[in-house]
Amino acid sequence: MEHLKMLPIEHYIFLSTILFCIGVAGVLLRRNAIIILMSVELMLNAVNLLLAAFSVFHGDAAGQVFVFFIMIVAAAEVAVGLAILMVIYRNNHSTDIDLLSKLKW
Amino acid sequence: MVIASKNPIHSVLYLIITFFAIAGHYIMLNAQFLAAVHIIVYAGAIMVLFLFVIMLLNMNEETEPHKSTLLKFAGTIAGGLLLLVLVASFKNINLTSISGNDFARADIGLVKNLGQVLFKQFLLPFEVSSILFLAAIVGVVVLAKKEAQ
Repeated sequence: MEHLKMLPIEHYIFLSTILFCIGVAGVLLRRNAIIILMSVELMLNAVNLLLAAFSVFHGDAAGQVFVFFIMIVAAAEVAVGLAILMVIYRNNHSTDIDLLSKLKW
Repeated sequence: MVIASKNPIHSVLYLIITFFAIAGHYIMLNAQFLAAVHIIVYAGAIMVLFLFVIMLLNMNEETEPHKSTLLKFAGTIAGGLLLLVLVASFKNINLTSISGNDFARADIGLVKNLGQVLFKQFLLPFEVSSILFLAAIVGVVVLAKKEAQ
């Protein structure tokens, strides 16, 4: 089967690292809960990409199945997270996470 | 761009672009099944959910909460330092054993092979994930129904 010349795995490692760090910075920088959820998605995707890259480079299909499971968990997480966000918005009329300090001692 | 834009809708649109780029990477890695699932699940389902919620909550730049400059500075520094540490540590690892492979099995990303692995080796996790989805559905319905009372 004719396929493209693959990039070396190091490039995928660095790309995933950069994506993951952007996700971390997003969680740290923003106060809007929706943007924070999107940053979490970005981090999950960075891990997915690296997992798929290693799976292909190892010639082992198990890694891609793990990516599939991570996608399933991410979808469930987003659905529940957004539902919780709706309830928070209904109570606070805002999605600012600094208002959610009632658990703080 | 996802984290830098003030308007949440712009963030979502940039995130969609990022997801399509990642799907392109999957295709380049010869993982067609993952690319298709990624586009369907993320661009099709999750992003629509995000956009729906943002428009339901009627968010725009005026309602966007702002952090103080000090916190923004601290967050940027922390993220940059994490990137620096990770890149520095990954620069030194030796990956010749992996990179030396000549991709003898380039077809592992196809649906046939993934299905063989998924439904033989990983059958139990597959079923457990379906239960997880069921629990998520019930939870979301319970959370969303509260306003009726």
